[in-house]
Formats: sequence, structure tokens, C-alpha cells
Amino acid sequence: MSKMININIDGKNIQVEEGKTIIEAASAAGINIPSLCYHQDIKPSAGCGICVVEIEGQPQPKRACCTPAYEGMIVRTNSVELRNLRKMLLELILEDHHVDCPTCIANNKCDLQDLAYIMGVKTEDQGVLQTKKPIDESSVSIVRDPNKCIQCGRCVTVCNDVQTVYALTTVNRGFEAEINTPFSKGMADSTCINCGQCVVFCPTAALTEKTHTDPVWEELLNPKKHLVIQAAPAVRATLGEEFGMEEGSLSVGKMYAAFRKLGFDAVFDTNFTADLTIMEEGTEFINRFKEGGTLPLITSCSPGWIKFMETFYPDLAENVSTCKSPQQMFGALVKTYYAEANNIDAKDIVSVSIMPCTAKKFEADRPEMTDSGYKDVDYVLTTREIARMIKEAGIDFAHLEDEKADDFMGIYTGAATIFGATGGVMEAALRSAYFLLTNENLPSLDIEAVRGMEGIKEAEVDIKGTKVKIAVAHSLGKARELMDKVRQQIKETGKSEYQFIEIMACPGGCVGGGGQPFQSNLAARARRGQALYKEDKDLKMRQSHENPAVAAVYEKFLESPGSKKAHKLLHTNYFQRDKMSGAVVKEATHKH
Amino acid sequence: MYQEIFKKYRPTKDNLIYILHDIQDNDPHNYVSEEAVQSVSEYLKVPVNHIYGVLTFYTMYSTKPRGKNVIRLCESPPCFIKGCDNILNKLKETLGVESGETTTDGLFTLELCACLGLCGNAPVMMINDEFYGDLTEDKAETIINTIREERA
Repeated sequence: MSKMININIDGKNIQVEEGKTIIEAASAAGINIPSLCYHQDIKPSAGCGICVVEIEGQPQPKRACCTPAYEGMIVRTNSVELRNLRKMLLELILEDHHVDCPTCIANNKCDLQDLAYIMGVKTEDQGVLQTKKPIDESSVSIVRDPNKCIQCGRCVTVCNDVQTVYALTTVNRGFEAEINTPFSKGMADSTCINCGQCVVFCPTAALTEKTHTDPVWEELLNPKKHLVIQAAPAVRATLGEEFGMEEGSLSVGKMYAAFRKLGFDAVFDTNFTADLTIMEEGTEFINRFKEGGTLPLITSCSPGWIKFMETFYPDLAENVSTCKSPQQMFGALVKTYYAEANNIDAKDIVSVSIMPCTAKKFEADRPEMTDSGYKDVDYVLTTREIARMIKEAGIDFAHLEDEKADDFMGIYTGAATIFGATGGVMEAALRSAYFLLTNENLPSLDIEAVRGMEGIKEAEVDIKGTKVKIAVAHSLGKARELMDKVRQQIKETGKSEYQFIEIMACPGGCVGGGGQPFQSNLAARARRGQALYKEDKDLKMRQSHENPAVAAVYEKFLESPGSKKAHKLLHTNYFQRDKMSGAVVKEATHKH
Repeated sequence: MYQEIFKKYRPTKDNLIYILHDIQDNDPHNYVSEEAVQSVSEYLKVPVNHIYGVLTFYTMYSTKPRGKNVIRLCESPPCFIKGCDNILNKLKETLGVESGETTTDGLFTLELCACLGLCGNAPVMMINDEFYGDLTEDKAETIINTIREERA
């Protein structure tokens, strides 16, 4: 344990670990220092200066976010001078900010708005220095509006340091400085993998999802269309937050009820195809493991990770599971299996998915995702977008009576629900793989070694004498670390020590996705994950192979896991992408 | 095509700005191209976006093709007080371009810059590596015309 030191903040004596900054020490002691660019999960850029404090014996105020505490330090977080200084800084920031709070996507969820309100800064000069800069709408997932950017640098830090995607950077300097992509070509023509971490870390609405609520409303209000909705595992653990419920509230029953109230004709659940994914991917793993196929097998549910792999690790494409993500499996089945069984013309079906993710929009738009003969998933809405629709419809979400999903593609097990947390796919796959290999259940269905917020988790699973070495990584920085290791091991010895790897692009897994409520942190993401583990624990069925709806789809439609039909509809192939533009260069794997 | 330049520098990050200067100085259009950035990125193992950030931070670099002769007119306060805006107007008129633009014959690019450290001779401009001080409108025009004749 590191050395503890004594400091005093606002008259309160505090013990703090040596090396912690003033803002960390204050926060641990329950003292809130106003801040704007600071975010607890990333290294401070010290850009805005709002967190200034006075330190006894020092002539100038110091930024609390980047000033380490020292023994005997006496700090004051408020004074007339500090208030004036903060107000002035905030006014300067607002002068170069496009203020359109009433219609802004971040209204009521904006750090800048909150601070301006709390500190009562004057408003008449807001936006006066604005030169209208072009909005980058090139990406199918993310919109970048430099007019709302306050250059706090959070997006750059998360894109470069946490995700190692290297799409965003600070361009130019002085008054012309802005956040942009290399050669200012736009997000679509960059290495951006659409994870949307920049969006959830942005304190304003300079980075947002590309919204599709209007076209979905139009489809909903068109009586000729048959609207089908699916919601990803992680959405049930976060949607409540948008309606004032606590972090980690599970709102699955209210979610279904709200979908029906909005007018969706069939209310299903991506969890159903999460279970299906386990059957396909579990079978794929067992086949590769038994028959000496390419190992380690790496999961393919996270579309941000897939584009990352295609850009930076196309040499490992053969290792990635050929399984589509649960969203795309669902899309392919809705316009085939569901349409046929219910005598609905597939062309009248509008398939909408609710995702914790901005990269899912990109995934649904991939040209190969049309195996049903149509665009498999028509619209992808983030958790934030569906929350706005629910509000627009005047639905009192928090007081809705719980409802159930429709059975046909709405039944799921606990294994599916934990897909939303880092390690969940691995845990779900191991539960079923163990059963498929031994015809027995795992001694304990809770595989604690793959749970939690550790960046890379490793474990060895004993399947009746057969040892399987697994690893789980979340955030692409950690994925990069793990993939470099795997690549090195394969280069040196011809094989990796791991047989099965789960990768999720976002820190915390899907509960921390780029489509989730703005401005979460790792601690909040962990609480959301806990909600999913609790649901898993409470469900009667906790293993994917127990799902009767999954058994039915094989019996009536797909025949068996890995069948020809299953391969056509549920599996895909990958590409190699250019390291500058992210554009497809060539196929990296073939579809079997 | 940048291998000759790379040979002169070890692949360490601290060589980034030297390599970029070398590339720009050897480019017929006086700039650092996208292809160059990609090559440097691979050589130094520094992401493209970082290099682009560096290129746009320092005004000495250009990411767009420029003329054979780059004119950099100082617009810092001493030169401003001594009337650099009149010089700028004269240069614009003589060259037929706005600041930041390149003449159609590809001979000149007109740029503004911060202090060149020759305030005693304000107003000052640099053309490539040469300094020209105590400028008047007539003097500026003569300098341009001389270069035009010499290097056309």
C-alpha cells in the first residue's frame, strides 16, 4: 500500500494516498470541486481551468485536476476570487459555444449547461465569437458538431489512450484549434470504429449519435408496415436512468410495455438471439477445439471491435468467430423465420433494434448484412434515442406496469442477459460448451473469474480434465494489448496460450456502450453490470441451450447449430481495411 | 520514396519534426502529403492523427501543396505598427492571390506568420530562407518581380 499523506481541504483534514491529485482527494472526502474537462476515468487534459483552487503559500490558483496533493497542503476550493475566475472562464467558453439548449440532444445532460446554471453566468454574450464551422455528418453512427465543442479533449483522450483507435486529434492551434480527424476528412473517412466512447465522454453535444428517431416515427405511423422491435441485453439495465431511475435499475418489463405503447406490432428481445449466438458460437468453438481448427476463437458480438480488428488486426480475422452479432442474427431471422411462420410479407416488416451502441448503426448498414434478401435490420436506435421517443409519446416510463415480450423471439435465459457486461459472453458460452461437451452442467454456473472491471481477465476452465485457457478484454486499448500478445505468441510458437477470447470494444462491455446515457463512468458501468448479473441469478433458465424458443427455431427452421441454413443466415465474413481511411481493401475471410 | 530521408534518422519519436521538415524541404510543392504522413507513421510507429496534429500545430508545415517560393509576412505587433497590412495589400495585388493561396503559375504562396525575430527591421518578410526587412510597398513589389524574372 502506498504512503498516506495529510492534507486539509476547506478546513477538513483528509488522509489521502500519495500521488493523488487535489480533485481526487476532495472527491474521496465528499467535497465537490466544480470542474468541466475533468473526467475521473481518463487522464486530465487540464484544459478548462474551472477546477482552480487556492493553495496556502502559493501565489496563483492551481488546477485541482492535475496538481498532486502533498503533506501539509492547505486547500481552499471557494473564495470571491475563485468564483470570479471560474465565472470568467465559463463566460469565455460560452462565448465560443453554439448555445441552442432547448433543442440540443444534451439538454439537461450537459456539463456546460449545468455549470452555467449553477454558477449563474451572464448569458447575453453567449455564442458571440462563433464562426459557423461545418458539421461532420459523414459517419453513419456519429455526428461531430465543432460549434458545440469546448475543446476539453476528453474525446481525444478516450479515442487515443483508452481505445487506441487514433481517429480524433487536436488540429491547428490558438483560436483556430479544433478537434478533427486526420486531414479533416470526416469520421467516415478515418480509422473511427464507431464505438461512440467520444460521445458518452463529451460534456456537451459536440459528439452525438446520428439519430434515426424521425424515420422510425414515420414507419410507426404508417399502418401498412409491420414493426418489429428487439432490445439488446444492456438496454434493460440503463433505460431507466433516462427517466430518473437509479443506475443499475433493471427495467425490462417497463421497457416492453413502452415499446407496445409506442406502437410496435411485435415486441421481441435481442436476448433471444444472444442465446442463439451461444449455440452457434459454442458449436463453432467445440468444432475448432476438437478438430484442430484456428484457435483462439475470438468473439464477434461487438461491431466496434470487428471494425477495429479489420483495420488493425486483419491477420487475426480467421480467429474471429464467423457468427454474426445477436442484432444481425435477429435481423436475418425476422424477415425469414418470423415472416414465414406468421404469413407476413417480409417487405412490409420494419425491423428496429434498440442498442446500447453507436457502432451497431454501422453494422446494420454493412452491405453484407442482407442475407434475408432485405436489409436485415432497418433502423438502429440507441438507448438515448428510444428514451427520447418514449418521452415524446408522453409515456410515464417509471410508472408503467411490467409486461412480457412476445414469445416467438422473446424468450431468453440468464446467459443471454449477461451479454451486456464484460465477460458475459464468455461466461454464457462456457456454461453451454461445458454442457454440450459433457452432458452435465458446470459445477457452478457463476464464473466469477470473468466478471468485474479488470481490463484483461484470464482463467483456466477445467472441462472434465480438458483445460481451456480463456481471456476477456474490454476497451480496445486492452484488446490491442491482448491481440499483440496473441499475435506474438502465434508468430513465435505457432499457437497462442489461449483457446477462447472475448472482446468488447467499450469499457465495461455494452453497459458502457456509446449509445448509453451520456457521461457514465466505470463505477456506474459496474453497477449496471450488477443489474444484469442479478437478473441472470433470478431467472429460472440460465443456460442458452435450455431456451425453448431457440430449440424451436432449430426444429422448425434452422435444423441444427452450424447447419447450411444457419450458416447462410447467422454467419458472416470479414474484410481488411485501410489504416488511414478505414475503407475496405479486400476480403479477409470468405463466407462458408 | 521517403526511404532515403528515413535513412538519416533513427525511428524514434523525437525525430518526428526533423523528418517532417526534411520531407517538406525535398517536396517540389513544399508540403507534407498524406502519403508522406502514412510512411512516417509506419516508420516511427506514431499514429497518423498525432502526426497530423503536429503538422497543423506548427505554422512552418503545410499539408497542402504550395508554390516554389513561400512568402511569410510577419503580422506580429511591431510589424503591424510599422504597416505590414499595407505590404500585405501590395503583395496580394502584385501576386493576385489572398493570403494562404498559391499563384496560378505555382511560383508563390503568400502566408502570414508570427514574429520572425527581426523587429528592428520591421516590417519583415521571409521568402524561403531569405529575410527581407525595412519593407516598403515599392520594395516588396520589386522583390517579387526580381524573383519572378530570376526563377520563372
